[in-house]
Amino acid sequence: MKLYFKYFAMQLRCQMQYKTSFVLTVIGQFISSFTAFLGVYFMFQKFYKVDDFTFPEVLLCFAVVLLSFSLAECFIRGFDTFSAIISNGEFDRILLRPRGLIFQVIASKIELTRIGRMLQAVLIFCYAIPNSGVFWSFDKIIVVLLMIIGGFITYTALFMIYASFCFFTTEGLEFMNVLTDGTREFGRYPLSIYGDGILRFFTYAVPIALFQYYPLLYLLGRTNNLLYAYCPLFCFLFLIPSLIFWRIGLRHYKSTGS
Amino acid sequence: MIELQNISKTYKVARRNAGGLQALKSLFHRNYTYIKALDQISFSIQDGEMVGYIGPNGAGKSSTIKIMSGILTPDSGTCKIDNLVPWKQRKTHVHNIGVVFGQRSQLWWDVPIIDSFELLRDIYEINPIRYRKNLEELTEMLFLTDILKTPARLLSLGQRMRCEIAASLLHDPKILFLDEPTIGLDAVSKLAVRDFIRHRNQVYHTTVILTTHDMQDIEALTERILLIGHGQILLDGPIETLKEHGSSVRKLHIDCHNLDFKPFPGLVMVDRHSASADFTLDTAISSVSDAINHLNRCAQIDDLSVTAATAEELVVSLYQEFAI
Repeated sequence: MKLYFKYFAMQLRCQMQYKTSFVLTVIGQFISSFTAFLGVYFMFQKFYKVDDFTFPEVLLCFAVVLLSFSLAECFIRGFDTFSAIISNGEFDRILLRPRGLIFQVIASKIELTRIGRMLQAVLIFCYAIPNSGVFWSFDKIIVVLLMIIGGFITYTALFMIYASFCFFTTEGLEFMNVLTDGTREFGRYPLSIYGDGILRFFTYAVPIALFQYYPLLYLLGRTNNLLYAYCPLFCFLFLIPSLIFWRIGLRHYKSTGS
Repeated sequence: MIELQNISKTYKVARRNAGGLQALKSLFHRNYTYIKALDQISFSIQDGEMVGYIGPNGAGKSSTIKIMSGILTPDSGTCKIDNLVPWKQRKTHVHNIGVVFGQRSQLWWDVPIIDSFELLRDIYEINPIRYRKNLEELTEMLFLTDILKTPARLLSLGQRMRCEIAASLLHDPKILFLDEPTIGLDAVSKLAVRDFIRHRNQVYHTTVILTTHDMQDIEALTERILLIGHGQILLDGPIETLKEHGSSVRKLHIDCHNLDFKPFPGLVMVDRHSASADFTLDTAISSVSDAINHLNRCAQIDDLSVTAATAEELVVSLYQEFAI
């Protein structure tokens, strides 16, 4: 962990070398996700309710997805940009150092510009938390935290699976973005509005609904089933297939010519 | 002690012909070709040896280095370095080796060199006292005092290479792999790097394995060469064998006019200009004086010189001999 902070400090110093670029990217990140927010806002100007969810309720869902996604993008950036790490030979270097591979991949890329998105998510929380009509007892606060952690874990696992494919293809696979950037976009709304099939897919195959839809029902008091509240914990199980993929991929690593 | 036995490595490469239609076709059906990068390679290297690993591009040099440093897993064969299997006991193994890739940097691009060194100290868990001692010594030997506080991206290639070498030696590795360490360096930097490597080998008994295309590197540094081509070891022996191999070959250069060259046993014309020509002569077939007499009959010679082939030319003749 101490070493992680050393890496972190190094990244910070590197990124601060280009202050203007850093500030502009942060602003850009903020604006780009702000348009997503506006999309939701204008939708509710017309319809008031989407599938029985009010504007602040949907915002709660939106903020959870946005925050957990940008946390993963910030701290797990190494897996997200893994095709570059492989093709520029950086992975060879990682293999030459006496530390865990997953640790090094994660620690060697920390994308602090994602603060722009995080800030936005926090602002939305600030609006949604008092306006959602939820009575914020201690357990509900815990549930929100679990949702964010579960989301972070799910996106981490997705990035890792994405990275594992890079071992075979060297280039990244854009179709994986449907599951990462895609779910960030349509995960703004509770997944139930897309119908049963989609909801089932995102419950059992890719556990987006586990940190987004089910615990939200508990938060809003639509169910008292505690299982719904603890749903985000099942996201950790999703790490198992991603670790298996990683192992298989690693065995196929071919390196690139020098 | 490095021991490789029957190491083989095959790459599967997807091939397709040029053109959009072919690209589309290759989405569904791919033709794979198998390229044997390494074919039953065996050799062993003792502690403290300096070995030059030579061969043309694509012969398998980098693959061998990558296998020995634990980056690649071979398809078959065994490799033991100080009784460790590099790709299985990776973490322990990499403590013992230092690797410099001439074309890739291990330094963090945007921060001063000293910051990179300090992160490496933490990654390798180098004892602070030992670190300070090593740093002082490397700084002095490689003339790094003035550049330690400069970010890597602002350094010249020669300065950067000296930093790369220092970075790979901070943790006192017993074995040093150098993959084209002098590529693109100017003469002064080359000499500095060579001197340093020799010093390191003599004082610390560091095993050095060097791949290069620069024959002067080989001549200046190594006692033994390994020649690899088509994934096989073609020649393994002291550098003198290489020289003996070509000791009968001489180069003849003549300034002349009205050259009308007729074939002569052992004499080959390699280059011809309007007023000069170059020949190689195998003295095992014809003597130098016979060849000169012959040339005298073919042209009016204004000037003539006879030289022994350089190591570079010997390697070229070796490549030709083994058809690699």
